[in-house]
Order: sequence, then structure tokens, then C-alpha cells
Amino acid sequence: MSLDISFIGILIGSIMASSVPLILAASGELITERSGVLNLGVEGMMIIGAISGFALMVITDNLFIAIVGSMLSGVIISIIFGFLTQSLLTNHVATGLALTIFGIGLSAMLGKNFVGIPGKEFPILFSSLRESIPFFGPILFGHSIVLYFAFALPFLTNYFLKKTKLGLVVRAVGDSPVSASNQGINVILVRYCCILYGGAMCGLAGAYLSLIYTPQWIENMTAGRGWIALALVVFATWSPIKVLIGALIFGGITILQLHMQAIGFRIPVQFLSALPYLMTIIVLVVISRDSRKIKLNTPTSLGRIFYKEK
Amino acid sequence: MIKIEKRNDVPMALYFFTPFIAIILTILGGGIIFYILGFNPIEALKFYFITPISNLYGFSELLLKATPLCLIAIGLSFCFKSNNWNIGAEGQLTFGAIVGGGVALLFYNQEGFYILPLVILAGAIGGMVFALIPAILKTYFNTNEILVSLMLVYVSKLLLDYLVVGPWSNPEGFNFPETRQFSDSSRMPLLFEGLRIHAGIFLALAAVMLSWFTLYKTYLGFQIKVSGLSLKTAKYAGFKGKTMILVVFMISGACAGLAGVGEITGPIGQLHRMISPDYGFTAIIVAFLGRLNPFGIIFASLVVALTYLGAETAQIFLQIPKYTGQVFQGMILFFLLASDYLLFFKVKILSLKKNELRH
Repeated sequence: MSLDISFIGILIGSIMASSVPLILAASGELITERSGVLNLGVEGMMIIGAISGFALMVITDNLFIAIVGSMLSGVIISIIFGFLTQSLLTNHVATGLALTIFGIGLSAMLGKNFVGIPGKEFPILFSSLRESIPFFGPILFGHSIVLYFAFALPFLTNYFLKKTKLGLVVRAVGDSPVSASNQGINVILVRYCCILYGGAMCGLAGAYLSLIYTPQWIENMTAGRGWIALALVVFATWSPIKVLIGALIFGGITILQLHMQAIGFRIPVQFLSALPYLMTIIVLVVISRDSRKIKLNTPTSLGRIFYKEK
Repeated sequence: MIKIEKRNDVPMALYFFTPFIAIILTILGGGIIFYILGFNPIEALKFYFITPISNLYGFSELLLKATPLCLIAIGLSFCFKSNNWNIGAEGQLTFGAIVGGGVALLFYNQEGFYILPLVILAGAIGGMVFALIPAILKTYFNTNEILVSLMLVYVSKLLLDYLVVGPWSNPEGFNFPETRQFSDSSRMPLLFEGLRIHAGIFLALAAVMLSWFTLYKTYLGFQIKVSGLSLKTAKYAGFKGKTMILVVFMISGACAGLAGVGEITGPIGQLHRMISPDYGFTAIIVAFLGRLNPFGIIFASLVVALTYLGAETAQIFLQIPKYTGQVFQGMILFFLLASDYLLFFKVKILSLKKNELRH
């Protein structure tokens, strides 16, 4: 295997592709968490997005419907979480876990008839430029529209949180729901919206896996990416741009271990496959050691139940 | 007209009654799902909840599946009561099974009364050590235990996969991903001829008794409950928070490890890839459904074990996909959490007449 310049370009392109579901899911969860809601159901929402996207693609043969439908299905399933945690004031952690267990079961049930069906090719943009420009071609061009959206999303999220009024409202609700409520902000409504938005992004992240990254339906195909996305939000200390960096690091590890497997590296395959999970633990340890830094950035009311006496 | 009031204190009777509401709602919800899938809901529910336990063999299978669920949930109740979110019991189960299975494989061609106790002990220690990883990282490095314990599930499953495919695979096994069969001395004694229920159930019952004693009759149990209710109070009372976190994780890991060993020395008899149908995750639901109470957990483990069994039966007789089991389990937890609303709020239905009188 030669390490020439065009190969590195292709490698970077594939790292970007593998980080897309992490960026989407983590950016969505980041908004949810900034509003003070800890939704551990990311894995469940992603897998529901993956199966509904794939099923809609097979049934309607229309990729646009499939993508939009996957986001809608993420929204629908996150409504359950929103209703329980916001209207019935249930514990966020337990409800999120229930959402993940429910989502994995439901997706396998719905997906029973879709196993083994080949996926459809997803259109890529600027495919001619990809071939003609060395190095930068495979990095910048020839990707799906979802990838471009994913790479813009952290910047959009950053702008939203820091520069817009609505972003300020979201942060206020997350940091001090009581004072936000006293200012006349409908805390529950804001949190509902953030939960549903998180659901939509997780649904899209799942659809990226089943429609674009590995176009087929496999049970449990998210394989813990939802949990890694949750870890990424902590890693990024709730900052959107750092989510992007973290997702690229994880994408890099994933691609690296695949390449090591391919060239027959002498380490057993299973150890290489375990790398992203081990890496998550190591990164969490390194980040969390400085407890002051974590505390400073964590949305103050994260995971706490807000109840307003009527 | 409906009026909602906040309750001042939670009525105990209702606290233990709402799980039944959750179960009834889940059965109704299941009927609706079967109807949507195109099955006769009454018939499907019958195959799901009655047929599996209508004979002695079925009942033994129910106890067989309830055993690991009960064991793990008992362990988890220690963690959850003290606000430690160990959700990696599946990994601790797997690692316990690996360590216990490793010991069993050392003695694969030997017999002796001492072998089974050694295997069981090794499994418990394995689970305990594996649970210590998130506990130590939480106490000394401030790391989120939810994410660490969960990541370790994937790591342990990959390790098991490596072992059964690679160094521990059966030399006479034609490259199947499985180890040798354990010797008879490494197997849990069967309780009845022809049924699969084994002595592991006594481990679960012992765990129930011990946990009841620990939680309600010892200083440690008191510390755990106080820390769960209010960390500030616990600190003020001078409890050693770090030690307690380590201890509850160790208890929880040991229980999960025992469950893993129970499976491989009981019905399975060797190591292979699929030693647990996610018992470690489902036990989280069992723990909540049982209200983190040792005796509640016995009841809850039987209910949830029935969803496993029912899913298998429904798949055989009606070709309903077996994943409905997980959907049921998720629904139980959803409905349980939702019905908790009744614990904290009083829903009053006022008649119009009364209202008019007041005005």
C-alpha cells in the first residue's frame, strides 16, 4: 500500500463519511442537552431513523421521502420521550434507556421483511470534480448532500446558540429554568422543541447509515454509535465546533481500524473493532478529570425535572 | 373537570400498585400492536402470556429465564438506589462468563466436587472486577459511569468473540465459534429430570435474601438509601461516598457475573457468542418494575421472563417476530414511568355540581 498524496485524500474523504452520523446525532443531542434535557435514547432514535428511512426507500423508491420520513420518525419517537419527561415529569435517564430498548426492539420488528434487500445508490454531488482534482477532489467533492449538511451543522448550531435570540432562550432554559420561566419563557415548550429537534437529527443520522453509508438494513446496525454520540457531547463540553472535531477523531479511528484489518495487521480483528469504544472511555477520562471545566460548561439544569406550580 | 394537585407524600400502597397498572397497560398496548400487525389480538396475547406457562416444562423455562434477570436486577438495585447508573450489566455478565468459563475450561477433562464452586466464584469475581472499571473511573476521574459501563459492554462482547473464535475455540470443533463442552463437574445440577431448571435459582434466591438483609438491616444499606435520596445529606452525615460507589458497583458486578456463570454452567454448557439475550439490559427494567425492592424484583423478573418466553412461543405458533419481546419490555418501562405521575400528583375528577356549589 502506497501512501501517496491521492490515497491520503481518499482516506480523509472516507473519515469524513464515517463521522457524519456522529456529527448529526451529537449536534442534535447537544441542542437537547443545552435546554437542560438529557436524552439517553439517541441509539434508539437513530435505529428507528435507519429502518424507517430504508423501509420508505424500498416502498416509495423516493430518496427524498425516505430522508424526510426518517427525520419525521425520529421526531415521532422522541415525542414519547418528551411527553414522559416534560408532561409526566419522569426521570430522564430511565426514560431515555426505555426509549433505546423500545427503539431497538421496534426497529427489528419493523425491519424483519427488509433484511437482505439491496439498497439504492444515493446521488452524490460534483462527482466529476472528485476525479479531476488530486488530493482535494475526494475530500471536498463527490459526497451526498447529507454529508455537506452535516459538516455545516456544527457551525449553524454554534451560530444559533450564540447569535440568535432563540439560541439564548434555549441556553437560558438549560442554565436556569426558574428564572427563564419568571421572564415569561415557556420552559416546557422550549424543551419539547429541543427534544423533537434532537429526534429529527438522530433520525437523519440513522438514515445516513442505512441509505448512504452502508445502503442496506441490518439489525442493530447503529452498533453503539448513538452512545458514542452522547459521549461526544461530553467530550465537546457542549460546544458545537468541538463536536465536529471529536466526530472526525472517532471517524478516523473507525477508518483506521478498518484499514488495519484490511492489510492484515497482526492484531486480532476484535481488538481493532473494540478501539472506538475503548477510545471513547479514554477520551472521557481525560476530559472529565478536570471537573471544574466540566462543571463550568455543563448546562446547569441538565437532567433535572422542571415543575411549575400552576 | 379534572384538577391536578401535588401530593405531599407518596402513598406506599400506590407505590407498589402502579407496576400492575403498567403491566395491564402493556398488555393492552401489545394487543393493539398485534392488531396492527394483522393478528387476532386475543389469540396472540393468549399465545404470548398463557400458552408458555400452561405446562410444567414451560413453567421451568420461565424460572430458568427469570433466574439471571432476578440476579442482575438485585445487583442493579444497589446501584440505582444510591443514584449510580450502572447500565453495563450485560458487559459484567459477559466478562463474568468469560472468567468463569475460562476456569471451567481448565478442568474440561476432570471431575471433582470443588470445580463448580471455583467456576462460580471466578464468575462473580470477573463481574466484580469488570464493574470496578466504571466505578473507579467515576470516583477518581469524575467520568460518567453510564457511558463507560455501556462502552464496556461492546468491549466484553468483542473479547468473548475473540476467545471463542481464537485461542479458546474447540480444537475438535471444526472451527465453529464455540469452546469445548464443560465437564459434568462444572455444570449446575438440574433440579428435575427432563427440565432445564437448575441450581442457579438458589443463587438468585440467596441474593434476594442477602440484599434484603443488607438494604434494610445494615449500616451500608442505610448509607445507600440516604445517598440515593440526597447526596448533600449523605455528605453532611460524613458517609464515605467513594467507598460506597465502589461497593455498590462491586455488588452489582458480582451479581451480573453470577448470572453469566449460571447461564454457561446451566443451560449452555460451553462458551459461544450468544450467551445472553440481553439479560443485562432487560434487568434494568426488572429492577424498576420491582421498585428496587428485593421481593418486588422476584415478581418483576417472572413477568419480564414471560415476555421472553411469550415472544418465542408467539414466533413459533403465529410467526410474530420475536423482537416483540423487546417492544413489550420497552413499553413496560414507559408505562411504569408514566404511571409514576400518579405517585406525585393527585388527579381529582370534580363533578360539576360540587363546582357550582363552591362558586
